[in-house]
Parts: sequence; structure tokens; C-alpha cells
Amino acid sequence: MSEARNAFIEGMRDTIPMLVGAAPFGVIFGTLAVGAGLSSAATLGMSLLVFAGSSQFIAVSLIGAGAALPVIWLTTFVVNLRHALYSATLLPFARDWSLRWRWPLAFWLTDETFAVVEHRFRSRGSELGECYWLASSLAMYGNWLFWTLVGVLLGKSIPGLANLGLDFAMVATFAAIVAPQLKKRPALGAACAAGLTALLARGMPYKLDLMLAAVVGVAAGMLLERAPGRKEADHA
Amino acid sequence: MHEWLAILGMMAVTVAIRASFLVFGQRLAFPDWLNRALHYVPAAVLSALVVPMALAPGGTLDIRPGNPWLVGTLVSLAVAFKTGKTLLAIVVSFVVYGAMRWLL
Repeated sequence: MSEARNAFIEGMRDTIPMLVGAAPFGVIFGTLAVGAGLSSAATLGMSLLVFAGSSQFIAVSLIGAGAALPVIWLTTFVVNLRHALYSATLLPFARDWSLRWRWPLAFWLTDETFAVVEHRFRSRGSELGECYWLASSLAMYGNWLFWTLVGVLLGKSIPGLANLGLDFAMVATFAAIVAPQLKKRPALGAACAAGLTALLARGMPYKLDLMLAAVVGVAAGMLLERAPGRKEADHA
Repeated sequence: MHEWLAILGMMAVTVAIRASFLVFGQRLAFPDWLNRALHYVPAAVLSALVVPMALAPGGTLDIRPGNPWLVGTLVSLAVAFKTGKTLLAIVVSFVVYGAMRWLL
């Protein structure tokens, strides 16, 4: 019993840096969402039910722009598809756990918890891994909800905060996230192709321009990856 | 109503993805091309959001150096590219954006 507690505490402790990193984004998300016209309840509801930061940011900008529901859902699917990779990576450790563990742990699977849990399992083994993983998940979840709430309260108490340039904060956030990825040429190509497509196709109904640009960008990245002179060139 | 439908659909999609392997096991296979395509999704989607807002904030193309959206975005990109520090990039670019918008 106390070993389980130790694993739980270990999971919490290892997640602390991730909590600090996620906090400002929770605040920014909450503030932006109410600024974009979402109700406080829906903003908190999104953090509570979806719990996937980048897709929440994008959904808010899509809802604010009047995108159709299928576009919002499809974008969420595309943006969150990487979680399937995490799910597959962690499956070997979780295979023997009951579904009562696997369902909630799957629900709470984020980039941060994946990074922490995968590192622990790989370097120190998966003993009492479900307690460790649960602790990391709950810490991230509580943290995200709390800072979303702070952002909502901030956005509500200072009306017009969005007009003070918080809409720019979203663009700045996206740009800052994408920039370090641009050091690799295929990713740079993907970004340029997607950006150019989005610029040329802007104003399509239901924000379909975003989906089109994403598809073009991903295709460009994959083509560049296969270009001769790069990597092992697929012995082509 | 619209916002709650959006959220419930987002939840369904996200839970399905996260539960894919963990709950439904390795009966699912992940084709290699999809694996590689996923690497480019964040760069593509984020760029598709950023570029039109930076270059055409009002809907029409504006590539003047006096466009605070454009300059701010470039600053954010540059700082994040150089330092890898997301939050620093946001703060610095926001200051530049604010200075251009309200002081100039």
C-alpha cells in the first residue's frame, strides 16, 4: 500500500516541471476563450472534457471565426492524432491492467504525461506504473482546470482584454510553438506550403481553408522527406 | 448550444484517439506513412493559422513593415527559433506588438 503511495508521489513530483510549463497556457487559453465569445461554462467545460491544449486553442479560434462543427471536429482529430502514437507506445506496459485503469489513463493522456511516464517506464521500469501514471494525469488535469479558471476570471474581470491584443497572443503562441520545428527542412517546407495555401485560400466557408492548408503542408513535408540527398533517400 | 456541440464532438474524437491502442489493443495497426505524416501536422496546422493572421490581419494582404501583426509574429518566430523558449518568445513579441500598436 505504501509502495503504491510512493509511486503516486513519485509521479506527482516528476510532473511538477510540466505543471509549471502548462500553467501560463491555461491562463492564456481561459482568457482568450472568453474573449472570443465562449461562455465561462463552455471554456471550463472544454478543459474538463477535451483536455488537449493545442486543439483547445485552435478550436477557440475556429469557433470565434464561425467554423462549421465538422471542421472543428476534423481539425481536432488531425491535431490530436499524435496521441494515438503515445497510446501505442505505452500499450506494452499497460496490456495487463484492467480496463478500469486503462480507460481513465487514456482519457488523461497528454503530451506532458506521456513524456514523463514513458521516460520513467523506459529508465526505471513500469512497476506500480498505474499509480505513477495516474498521479501524473491527475496533477496535469487539476493544474489545467485551475489555470483555465484563473484565465476565465481574468478575462471576465477585465472586459475588452481581447481587444487589448490578446488575439495577437494566440498568434504569438502558435508561432513560438512552431518555430523550433523549422530547423528540419521537411518541417520547414510543410510550414511554408501550409502557410501559403492558407493565405491564398483564406476566407473559404467553414474554415475549410485550414483543412486544405494542413493537407497540403503535410504532403509537402512528406515529399521533401523523400527528396534525394536527404536521409538515406529510400534507395530509390 | 453550438459551443457545447463542438466540445462534445471534440471530446469524442480525442478520447477515441487516446483510447485507440490502450483500450482496444494492438488489433489496430499504425501504417508507416501515417506515422511519418503525423510529424508534419503541428507545423502545418499552426503555420496555416499564423500566416494569414500575420500577413493579412484585416483580411487583405498587408506586408508593410508597419503591420504590428507581421512584425510581432516574426519576432516570436525569431526568439523561439534562437532560444527554444516559448514563453519568452510570446512575451517579447507581445511587447513589440503592443509598442507598435499603441505607441507608434
